Amino acid sequence: MAFEGLGERLQSTMDRIKGKGKVTESDVKLMMREVRLALLEADVNFKVVKQFVNDVKERALGSDVMTSLTPGQQVIKIVQEELTSLMGGENQKINLSQKPPTVIMMVGLQGAGKTTTAGKLALHLRKKHNKRPLLVAGDIYRPAAIDQLETVGKQIDVPVFSLGDQVKPEEIATKALEHAKEEHLDTVIIDTAGRLHIDEALMNELKNVKDIADPDEIMLVVDSMTGQDAVNVAESFNELLNITGVTLTKLDGDTRGGAALSIRSVTQKPIKFIGVSEKMDGLEAFHPERMASRILGMGDVLSIIEKAQDNVNEDEQKALEKKLKDSSFTLDDFLSQMDQVKTMGPLDDLLKMMPGANKIKGLDKMQFSGKEIDHVQAIIRSMTLDEREHPEKLNASRKKRIAKGSGRSLQEINRLLKQFNDMKKMMKQMTSGKKKGKNPFGGMGLPF
Amino acid sequence: MGIFDRFKRKKKIQEEKPASLEAQTDKLDDGLISIDEFEEWEQDQLSYKFEQGLKKSRDKFQQDINALMSRYRTVDEDFFEALEEVLISADVGFNTVMELTEELRKEAQLKNITETSELRETIVEKMVEIYERNGDASDEMTINEDGLTVVLMVGVNGVGKTTSIGKLAHKYTQEGKKVMLAAGDTFRAGAINQLQVWGDRVGVDVIKQAEGSDPAAVMYDAVNAAKKRGADILFCDTAGRLQNKGNLMNELSKIKKVIQKVVPEAPHEVLLVLDATTGQNALSQAKAFKEVTDVSGIILSKLDGTAKGGIVLAIKNELGIPVKFVGLGEQLDDLQPFDAENYVYGLFADMIQESDTLEEKLEEDKDDK
Repeated sequence: MAFEGLGERLQSTMDRIKGKGKVTESDVKLMMREVRLALLEADVNFKVVKQFVNDVKERALGSDVMTSLTPGQQVIKIVQEELTSLMGGENQKINLSQKPPTVIMMVGLQGAGKTTTAGKLALHLRKKHNKRPLLVAGDIYRPAAIDQLETVGKQIDVPVFSLGDQVKPEEIATKALEHAKEEHLDTVIIDTAGRLHIDEALMNELKNVKDIADPDEIMLVVDSMTGQDAVNVAESFNELLNITGVTLTKLDGDTRGGAALSIRSVTQKPIKFIGVSEKMDGLEAFHPERMASRILGMGDVLSIIEKAQDNVNEDEQKALEKKLKDSSFTLDDFLSQMDQVKTMGPLDDLLKMMPGANKIKGLDKMQFSGKEIDHVQAIIRSMTLDEREHPEKLNASRKKRIAKGSGRSLQEINRLLKQFNDMKKMMKQMTSGKKKGKNPFGGMGLPF
Repeated sequence: MGIFDRFKRKKKIQEEKPASLEAQTDKLDDGLISIDEFEEWEQDQLSYKFEQGLKKSRDKFQQDINALMSRYRTVDEDFFEALEEVLISADVGFNTVMELTEELRKEAQLKNITETSELRETIVEKMVEIYERNGDASDEMTINEDGLTVVLMVGVNGVGKTTSIGKLAHKYTQEGKKVMLAAGDTFRAGAINQLQVWGDRVGVDVIKQAEGSDPAAVMYDAVNAAKKRGADILFCDTAGRLQNKGNLMNELSKIKKVIQKVVPEAPHEVLLVLDATTGQNALSQAKAFKEVTDVSGIILSKLDGTAKGGIVLAIKNELGIPVKFVGLGEQLDDLQPFDAENYVYGLFADMIQESDTLEEKLEEDKDDK
């Protein structure tokens, strides 16, 4: 892939500076050029980049970058901090009205993912906020848009209000609010048709709907792959509607998502959610510091840890820890461990979030379909419980039986057993030595 | 200077065309035109629309370049940085911009150019060179004249694949072809219905199965049906997929293989739909889809909403895939064949003119002496 993280970008400049003893102002200028390029490459709007680089440069010149032993790291640190604060510092929650119903209006360009996000948001509100949402089909223009919302509604079991595609969106909004009141639904999510920000007639229609529905949240949905134009889109929607929040979609792609920075800096409105999958539960809270790392191509350790915490059962974890300590860890535990890894989602997604993963050659080409794990599990499942406890009992004929049962080769079984033994040995060392084993990311060598 | 001569010729031809829609309508009003003339008028009207659609990207670009030239008089690092920004702001791919400015830096050093006005021509020259460098793949759609033409549409989510198919179906039905559609997006909610609505609008058959069924099976049925019913063109819709999802991308090559079982030389055309507002990621998309499906052309959608479109240069330069159609609006006939030369010419029209007058002036000066 053509993308390089800021770390790699700065590396070559660093190499030149190294050994000079002191960093001069022109060295800082060189580094700033790399910062600038890294941001432009991530699709951050060029005007935003300009302002940003000026700010960072001032801070860099004023601070201890020039006397630091590791000026590269210092610059990265400053850039990351500035990026994070520019994107709002911390995560902001969705606006919910004290007095029901809460009205949420979804707006954006065609194909940004409004309908899908509306569905995800409905599910999120029901699950995390205990709301009773109503989805309103306000896209009367795109063929089958209403069908799409209805199907989405069925998938997540949320009611959908629709009056067909012959009724004006303004009227649909009015009727939908009445309907919500009658049915005691406390959250109304209005889907609207995608429109170009330059289409005056359609933009005015949005304004009308806004005036009627008086929404608590006007959510601008933006494709995270948007280029330099993101600024114009966000600006025009914000000017007309005074949006209250932004959702960035399709962040499960390989885009850097510099649009996030552009949008935030021109509208000053918070990015609240990100869309990370086509599935209905693929909506996550936006975290500025993680986005900063992504824009800079530096991986996202926090998300991995969070994913692990979300998916790993705490009691099981404690039991496991104990087993590790007295080294009674068996193949059976190994099996359930793998199940947990599998619940965290596709392996290649996880790998991509690791810092430095983009440096490993060929990783982007590698396919982890989860089959490798399946194979190992099949092997273990073909063993008797006794064998799982005492793998040393496995002789040639037992191994042959397991090979037949699991459909894998003898070599694979031997390899697995060897790996398991190595692992046990390693754990013994870790637990008997310092308490290093507690932090699974300890030895990984973070970039700073 | 060959490039410039060609542009100038092209410019003359265009100047002879009526400049506005009103002028053309006047021409129609005299009520005395032949069918040939009408067809010509219709063609003019289409290219007028095309011109209008692209006018914005071009105007913006020229303004930027002109502003740049007047702000920076001397060729220095600040100037090159500003030039990089102009190009990047037009969404010309990052690597292509860097390549271009690097070459310009060298050129300026080599020829000892110190004033930006002297560099103007070199900039245009280099950009055209970059567009043309990577082979000249045809920007015409491949049509199998004696038999079925299978066109596979691919792209990430939300770029406008289904809408583009609707527009293409309309275009080729108008041209007298028998068109059929295959509803291969069995994943997204409502996608099959959306294609069906387009099918009804244009009046063509849609081959479909239930939501959630195997898209490869739908394709197999569709290609067989198209063959049996003697269709000329079959457009195959597919579900949007992000280019970094390995499993979904593999599904595309399976679809392709299944189509080839029925018609070995198919698909005759694989069109990648790109959203014109997409930034640097468009290159990553083009690259990934090219790897699995051997993309033969690009449809640049939603070009009407944006002042960009510079990514055309980058995609051609870095991957050698030509843009075949551009989507300029939401109407049925808003999909237009893309004339690359015209587009590149358009970007620089004013600049060429200016360098013309400059040349003339220089010559006059000489004469005076």
